[in-house]
Amino acid sequence: MDPAGARRGRTLNEISRRRFLSRVTLALTAFIGGIVGLPILGYLLAPLFRAPTDELVPVGAVADFPLGETKLVSIRDPSPLAWAGQTADTALWVRRREAAGPSMFQVFNVNCTHLGCPVNWQAGAQIFLCPCHGGVFYSDGTVAGGPPPRPLFEREWQVSGDRLLVRQQPLPTVKQG
Amino acid sequence: MSWLRAIGKVPGQIASWIGERFELEDSVMAVLRHPVPRELERPIGWWYVIGSATLAIFVIQVVTGVGLAMTYVPAPNSAYDSLQFISHDATLGSIVRGMHYFGSGAMVVLVLAHMTQVYLFGAFKFPREANWLTGSFLLLATLAMAFTGQLLRWDQDAFWSIVVAAEQAARAPVIGDWLARLVVAGSNVGGATLTRFYATHVFLIPAAIFGLIGMHLYLVVKRGISEPPVAGEPVEPRTYRARYTEILRRGIPFWPDAAWRDALVATLAVVVVLILAAAIGAPALGKPPDPTNVLADPRPDWYFLGYFAVLALIPPATESLVIVGLPLFAFVFLFLVPLLWPDGERHWSRRPAAVAAVALPFVAYAALTVAGLQSPWVPQLEGAALPSAATHGLSGYAAHGADLFVTKSCWACHQIEGSGGRRGPDLTHVASRLSRDQLTQRVATGGGGMPAYAGSVTPIELDDLVTYLATRK
Repeated sequence: MDPAGARRGRTLNEISRRRFLSRVTLALTAFIGGIVGLPILGYLLAPLFRAPTDELVPVGAVADFPLGETKLVSIRDPSPLAWAGQTADTALWVRRREAAGPSMFQVFNVNCTHLGCPVNWQAGAQIFLCPCHGGVFYSDGTVAGGPPPRPLFEREWQVSGDRLLVRQQPLPTVKQG
Repeated sequence: MSWLRAIGKVPGQIASWIGERFELEDSVMAVLRHPVPRELERPIGWWYVIGSATLAIFVIQVVTGVGLAMTYVPAPNSAYDSLQFISHDATLGSIVRGMHYFGSGAMVVLVLAHMTQVYLFGAFKFPREANWLTGSFLLLATLAMAFTGQLLRWDQDAFWSIVVAAEQAARAPVIGDWLARLVVAGSNVGGATLTRFYATHVFLIPAAIFGLIGMHLYLVVKRGISEPPVAGEPVEPRTYRARYTEILRRGIPFWPDAAWRDALVATLAVVVVLILAAAIGAPALGKPPDPTNVLADPRPDWYFLGYFAVLALIPPATESLVIVGLPLFAFVFLFLVPLLWPDGERHWSRRPAAVAAVALPFVAYAALTVAGLQSPWVPQLEGAALPSAATHGLSGYAAHGADLFVTKSCWACHQIEGSGGRRGPDLTHVASRLSRDQLTQRVATGGGGMPAYAGSVTPIELDDLVTYLATRK
């Protein structure tokens, strides 16, 4: 083999060797990235995959809700964390429509259907007013004015014995309906 | 007295020892002395200092933020109390928290001012496109810091602001509900929410900001400070670099020929923040967070009030489009600026459309901020009562009607004699506009955003209410 050919051969070898080494290095780097990234990604996205409980929980005695009145009650969030304290509660507006029967109650989330601020019940005017952007709802939850795109969100309820039970639910959004 | 002179030389000797042993001459000093265009010696140089002032305020934010983190407890049960302790009991706590608060406002203002200056000077053009892009990410990061910071106050406002943020995220197409659940880190605002916002505010975004500032400054030094624009001298990418090299050959060293202005304005900015913090102190917290207390009145800090107003004023039908589309459009536009207009005239006098693109949003946002401050669309929910000027000399049906005006929540949305909400029209002189029949019709059937009251007042109550309103001539 002549000297020039040997030189050329060595150069070719080194280029492919360097290419190989750089690919190995890149692959190892990506592997490290995956090892570090995948668990943390799963950890951070976990709230998406954990299904919240949706049990019927008591919010008060039926007798606590006089006919024709709308009262504020609080309900524990589904699967709250031990250290959540006060923030694990959510408020609901309960309207007693009839003495008995399937349309005895209407249970509303306090969240305005516009952007979620808590609506206020005005007993004199029989309307719900929202303090953020001025949404107004009638006593049955239908929109009376302002920006809300849909009626107040309602919750499933049941009467069991002398107690009113309400279904736990995540924060309602316009799409969930 | 020669020993005094000898001692006087010590600091200089220490400095030169450090400089030499740490090889600062080739690194830090070389960077600081990078050449900048000679024109910066002239008064126009004052326009080039806003970035440095922003950096100085950022340092304040880091330092005061670390200080606050020493005491703040990011737990839903304790965060509020720990902030009250910082604001009222901790030594200098009010000033540290006040500096962090006014610093955040200063960051938003200065970043926007810096960006506006760069835009109007055409400094984002070739070859400095990447400076603009990293700057755009820094603007995003600054706004994200401002927003997450407000939530860490963890009072009623903050709590409901998170709900509002989640509801806005939910408007996004397809991934909306996932986004909303990620914002609150679960199904409701609760135990997991605060720690996520805390980690985002103190680790995640700051890490991104440090990296971005590094890139931004590297590019500023490598690409060089843009020369002041001259009308009729457009950027021509093929010849620009050669021309700029020529400009720098006649240039001046940044340190200290130009840096003194940066230092002066940065000092001014820092002193203003300190004075505001000392004079006004930390912003008062609202009521402690309680999802079962519906008497909340969430408002963002002043620089977000314009956006808050947008959400109240746009037609409901366009809302999802605006909530998702407007920020998206603004940021896409921001990132496209250097890619769409990399060359051509830099001087603002030759770019009328660019000047309008700055002026119009500023004027519009200022008007929206004023609207947000007044928020006339919000019903008054507390302190319902009519002043004596509105009830003076009333008796019988009209007096009963005046009572109904308050108890039936008319007052929440309508003013009489300067008392009441401003959501609906002022009714001080309503009887001079509407007849009795028209008033009755209006109250009973509502319309134009007003609820129909036919179902919630008796005919007699309606008649008394109208009798009262008929006295308002």
